[in-house]
Amino acid sequence: MKKIHVTTKINGDTVEFLCDPRETLLDVLRDRLGLTGAKEGCGTGDCGACSVTVDGRLTCSCLMLGVEAEGHEIGTVEGIADGEELHPLQKKFIEYAALQCGICTPGILVAAKNLLERNPDPTEEEVRYWLAGNLCRCTGYDKIIRAVLDTAAEMREAS
Amino acid sequence: MTVSRSLPHDAAPLHVTGQARYVDDIPVPAGCLHLAFGLSTIARGRILSMDLDPVRAAPGVVAVLTAGDLPFANDVSPSVHDEPLLADGRVNYVGQPVFLVVAESHLAARRAARLGRIDYDEEEPILTVEQALAANSRFEDGPVVWEKGDAEAAIAAALRVIEGRVEIGGQEHFYLEGQAALALPQEGGDMMIHSSTQHPTEVQHKVAEALGVPMNAVRVETRRMGGGFGGKESQGNALAVACAVAACVTGQPCKMRYDRDDDMIITGKRHDFRIDYRAGVDAEGRILGVAFTHYARCGWAQDLSLPVADRAMLHADNAYCLPAVRIESHRLRTNTQSATAFRGFGGPQGMVGIERVMDHVAHELGMDPVELRRRNYYAEAAKGGAAPRPAASPRGISDQKEAGGGNTTPYGMEVEDFELGAMTEALLERCDYVARRAAVRAWNARGGAIRKGIAFSPVKFGISFTLTHLNQAGALVHVYQDGSVHLNHGGTEMGQGLFQKVAQVAASRFGIGLEAVKITATDTGKVPNTSATAASSGSDLNGMAVKAACDTIRDRIAAHLAQRFQADAAEVRFEGGRVHVGAESVSFAEAARMAYEGRVSLSATGFYRTPKLAWDRLRGRGRPFYYFAYGCAVTEVAVDARSGEYRILRADILHDAGASLNPAIDIGQVEGGYVQGAGWLTTEELVWDNRGRLMTHAPSTYKIPACSDRPDVFNVALWDGRNREETIYRSKAVGEPPFMLGISAWLALSDAVASFGDVYPALDAPATPERVWAAIRRVRNGV
Repeated sequence: MKKIHVTTKINGDTVEFLCDPRETLLDVLRDRLGLTGAKEGCGTGDCGACSVTVDGRLTCSCLMLGVEAEGHEIGTVEGIADGEELHPLQKKFIEYAALQCGICTPGILVAAKNLLERNPDPTEEEVRYWLAGNLCRCTGYDKIIRAVLDTAAEMREAS
Repeated sequence: MTVSRSLPHDAAPLHVTGQARYVDDIPVPAGCLHLAFGLSTIARGRILSMDLDPVRAAPGVVAVLTAGDLPFANDVSPSVHDEPLLADGRVNYVGQPVFLVVAESHLAARRAARLGRIDYDEEEPILTVEQALAANSRFEDGPVVWEKGDAEAAIAAALRVIEGRVEIGGQEHFYLEGQAALALPQEGGDMMIHSSTQHPTEVQHKVAEALGVPMNAVRVETRRMGGGFGGKESQGNALAVACAVAACVTGQPCKMRYDRDDDMIITGKRHDFRIDYRAGVDAEGRILGVAFTHYARCGWAQDLSLPVADRAMLHADNAYCLPAVRIESHRLRTNTQSATAFRGFGGPQGMVGIERVMDHVAHELGMDPVELRRRNYYAEAAKGGAAPRPAASPRGISDQKEAGGGNTTPYGMEVEDFELGAMTEALLERCDYVARRAAVRAWNARGGAIRKGIAFSPVKFGISFTLTHLNQAGALVHVYQDGSVHLNHGGTEMGQGLFQKVAQVAASRFGIGLEAVKITATDTGKVPNTSATAASSGSDLNGMAVKAACDTIRDRIAAHLAQRFQADAAEVRFEGGRVHVGAESVSFAEAARMAYEGRVSLSATGFYRTPKLAWDRLRGRGRPFYYFAYGCAVTEVAVDARSGEYRILRADILHDAGASLNPAIDIGQVEGGYVQGAGWLTTEELVWDNRGRLMTHAPSTYKIPACSDRPDVFNVALWDGRNREETIYRSKAVGEPPFMLGISAWLALSDAVASFGDVYPALDAPATPERVWAAIRRVRNGV
């Protein structure tokens, strides 16, 4: 099938790519752009492992076509750290041991960062329900929730 | 010392930045091909003809292989060669791989795989326990029976006899990373495989068979899995073998990953069980005799079903000293996915059986269920970690027990380390059980649609592979001349933190910081003949093997430095990144350089085999386990009678990880295990239709716990103990045991349902809202 030219911005950088119109944004990120942080957990938008932001909106990249990224700004886990400097959420996830196999972690971080940008002071319940679309089979979620709440508190203090 | 410290997962910095590479993330060479299976659409029948021309003609398709195209062995079974990679004449379940598509992209392979036209002579499938029993469709000739004492006589003589049946559903592993493999053809016909597997040696073995080469021509590497839970003990074989065969045929790299729906349709799951029980009790609630009949649906191929069903029998006692027991186990062959290993490996199903008995008896006698359990506990081990008695011969133990004495399991093993008495006491106090139980009763006495329930359950889980020869492990350690350490062992990393725990052991042996220890991928070329990372054994076995390798190198360095500095080798100490020799002290790096220049080998293998094991599977007698791991939990729930929906309000857990190698990692195992166990018994429902089609094959229809399901209050603590046995730094295995703490959530639902009337709820598992709603209706109607 004829490939389509797409211009988009990913983690702040302008990126151009050619893709098959049937390819998902997730496939483009992983297979064409080498950004393998977003994972395919289900391919149906139910597990959140492929979470990215599109113009600041939390999105399952498996549910969006690559060609739909034209003209939009995409944020992935690779863009969360500032160079070598980890984002406070990343530091807290390490500190709290809020991960085990780690494959859901990129999606959860993208989702949690998006939450804190919208709501710097979420309640525990708000964290739990915001992240309810990001499945984790290892941790039982407790440390994830604690890490997000503690990050929020720390970021509020710092600002 | 780095052991016992709460250090983060070794790959955590890679995980949080998205840099951690799983199989599907490994950059592939140009020309890499992608595979997909064409699947059977019927549950049972003969293949009459296959028209695969449309598949071959599909865009991007390079090759299509069927059973007849395979050059050598057509088998991916981990046990008895009964599981062809591609169906050979017959199909045995909906989803069985029939042909293999090799294409230029993942999408092209999957699209083409749907185009195959297969004609079948369809036969009536055997799907249920009842159908399998009627057709005598089973593995082994008949049921396995293990006995202790005369259960029938004890039940007949008892004051009360309580009987019933419980259905226990299976469970999908739902590792977030689906099965995946990548084969890279090497020179001279050799094959390199990257596999998301818990058992690289098994993959190596099956690939070698499929390619008709010796095992030394195949190298398998596993850096990490995105979750395993037992689902990658044998279920990854098919993908690795398919990739290897396709790579061999095409000469190009080949990769395969299952889409989630395919993964759930093709791969095996936890065995679902039906357990019938009959228990005779005295007026005080002591069990005098109990008879269990286990019916396990094993699916179409044997896989690991026999040891799984064995382990269910081995946990039919859980924490209770049963004077007379009879356990009959039917391993039924059905036209469904071949049920496989899953965290607990049958233990959870066996344990649900006896916990159901305890719950039922307590209800019938009107006793507090915790008190009833404590009356039936094994005798507590003497305090203070007295040396365990040497293992008696299996015969001796069974004689003793058959005479009615002792503190022995139904299989004749003396329980020497029981500590649930003290743990129960501590947990009940910490979580304020008595007052909260009274509060739950008071809440329910007010009536209304929202009812609460609270329940306690203990876990005693046997640690060791029951196939005794698997209890061995190897390690390979190098110290380079700059003092940096290369660490390798046979265990695989699936998120459980094994690599970090074992690295902590290595760093401690050399007295150096963890930053000097390089953790490397599991590799059959470095450590051969490994066992699966399973049975919770990873740290126990590999930790000891690494310790042995490190100590060999340490002793060589010590001997060299002692000679050089005219000191006693026995007094050389490795601490704080330095090596102290008498009055002298050099950095570890300096010591390594001196040893190198002194022509001392700085590379060693290590080996470990678990002591004390003696197990006669046929008789069901002996010591299959080195020791037991213990834990207990109290869960409180609220149930809405109008819809059957519920929430876990609070969970309190006390778990014994011995002298923990890494409390942060171990607590993570306990939390994750509990939630996964609670998920199994509550929301995770597998549904097959009457043609054997799995209807729940995606997260949209199969519900694992989500963040919103986590208990509102979740208190988890480790029991402050040391393993009585000489395990690595006296730690205890922690992978599987906490899974069964989730049983308390199921029992709490039963407790809430019981408040609606007088009859026992007899709640089956999973206790979905639908089942809870129906149980409430039954209890209200008194039936």
